[in-house]
Amino acid sequence: MPYEIKIENFEGPLDLLLHLIKKNEMDIYDIEIARITDQYLAYIDAMQSLNLDVAGEFLLMAASLIHIKSRLLLPSAEEEDAEEEEEDPRAELVRRLLEYQKYKEAAATLDSLDRLGRDVFARKFPSPDLEQLDGEELEAVGLYELVEAFRELLREAPEERFHEVDIERLSVADRINDILSTLAAKKSLAFTELFSRRPERQEVVVSFLAMLELVKLRMVRLMQSSREGTIWIYAAVAEEEGELNLEEGSLGYC
Amino acid sequence: MDTAELKRVIEGLVFVSEGPIKAERIAAALEEEKRKVNQALAELEGEYLRAGRGFVLVRTAEGYQFRTRPEDAEWLRRLNKSRPFKFSRAALETLSIIAYRQPITRAEIEYLRGVDSGGVVKTLLDKHLIRILGKKDVPGRPLMYGTTREFLELFGLHDLAGLPTLKEFSELDLEAADEIAGDAD
Repeated sequence: MPYEIKIENFEGPLDLLLHLIKKNEMDIYDIEIARITDQYLAYIDAMQSLNLDVAGEFLLMAASLIHIKSRLLLPSAEEEDAEEEEEDPRAELVRRLLEYQKYKEAAATLDSLDRLGRDVFARKFPSPDLEQLDGEELEAVGLYELVEAFRELLREAPEERFHEVDIERLSVADRINDILSTLAAKKSLAFTELFSRRPERQEVVVSFLAMLELVKLRMVRLMQSSREGTIWIYAAVAEEEGELNLEEGSLGYC
Repeated sequence: MDTAELKRVIEGLVFVSEGPIKAERIAAALEEEKRKVNQALAELEGEYLRAGRGFVLVRTAEGYQFRTRPEDAEWLRRLNKSRPFKFSRAALETLSIIAYRQPITRAEIEYLRGVDSGGVVKTLLDKHLIRILGKKDVPGRPLMYGTTREFLELFGLHDLAGLPTLKEFSELDLEAADEIAGDAD
C-alpha cells in the first residue's frame, strides 16, 4: 500500500516527528519507533523526489531513529543488573519532543499577543532631521559625502562648450579667500549658498578644491546632521592669523 | 501639586513622549514621590479603559504609552502605511526560546529546535529584538543572547516577568493547533 504523504512545511525534524506521533495517536512515552521511522523516512524520500533540499538535520534525526530502533531490537542486557537500570533508548527523544512542544506552544502564544504595528498602534513622531540645526547633533562630513554633494552639482551644471574661449580664470586661492570672507560675516554657511544659481563646471571644481584645502588647513569644519542632510560650513577658530597669504603656486594647482 | 494637577501633567507627559515613559522619569521631572506618580498612572490607566476612547494607557517596556485598542486594528491598518516586521514560524520559535531561556547560546537554541538557527538569530539581532548578553564560560566561549527593550515594546509586555506562563507538558497536546500561523506573506 503506498503511503500517502502531504508535504507540509515543518520547522525541523522535531516538528515533523511531533506531527507524525500525533497523527498516529501514539503514546509519547511508548513511541512505536519502527512505525514512526518508516513514516519519517517516507517523508524524507518524498522531499527528495520533489527535489527539495533535505536539510542535514532531517538526516541526522533519521540516523538517530534507526539507532534507537536497533537498540530496541537487542535483548536488554542482563536483567539482574537492576541497579544500573538501563534507560529506555527513546527517553532522550521523548524529552526533546516534549521540550520542543513547549516552545512551539509558547511561540503561538507570543504570536497572539497584541503586537505594536500589527494589532495596536502608537503615535509616530517626525524624524529628527526635520528639527536639526542646534549644532550639537551635527556630524563631521566625510570625504565621500563631500564628493557626492559636488557630483550632484556637476550633474546640474551645463555641459562644457568647447568652441567658447574661456577667459575668466577662477583660482583656488581666490575661492578660498571668498569663502573665508563670507564666513567672517556669518558664522556658518550652507553648502548650496556657495554657488550661483547655475554654477559652471569650473566654478564647481574650483570650489571643491578650495573646500578640501580649507579643511586641510583646518580653517573650516564641514558638518551635517544626517547622511543626506545639507552640508554646513563652519569657520574653525584660528582667526588671529588674519589674512591668509595664499598664492596659486603654493597650492600646487596651475 | 495636588492629585488632579499631577494626573493632568502626567497625562501630558505620556502624550508627548516619544516612546514608553518610565514612572521614575516622570517622578524625577516633577519632583514627586514615585508612589504618587504610580498611583496617578494606575488611575489614568483605569479611566482610559473605562472611557471607551480610541486609545488606552498601556504599561509596556517598563513604562507607559498611549496605544490604540487591539479590537480596532483592522480599521487602523487601512491608513497605516508602514508595514510591520513579518515573523516567520522559525523567528517566533527562536524568539520565544530566547525570551524564556535567556541567557542562552545558539547551540542551546539549536538543540531545542533541532535545526540550524544562525540565520534567524542574525535577523532577530538586526531587528534589535535580541542582543548579546555576554560570553558563556565554557570552551569556545560562545555568545549568549537575551531579549531587548524593543522586544518588550513590540509585544506590549511590561517586563520579562509578564511573559505568559510556559505550559509544562507531560503529554502530547493534541488540542494544540498543529501549525503556528506565523504571519502570512
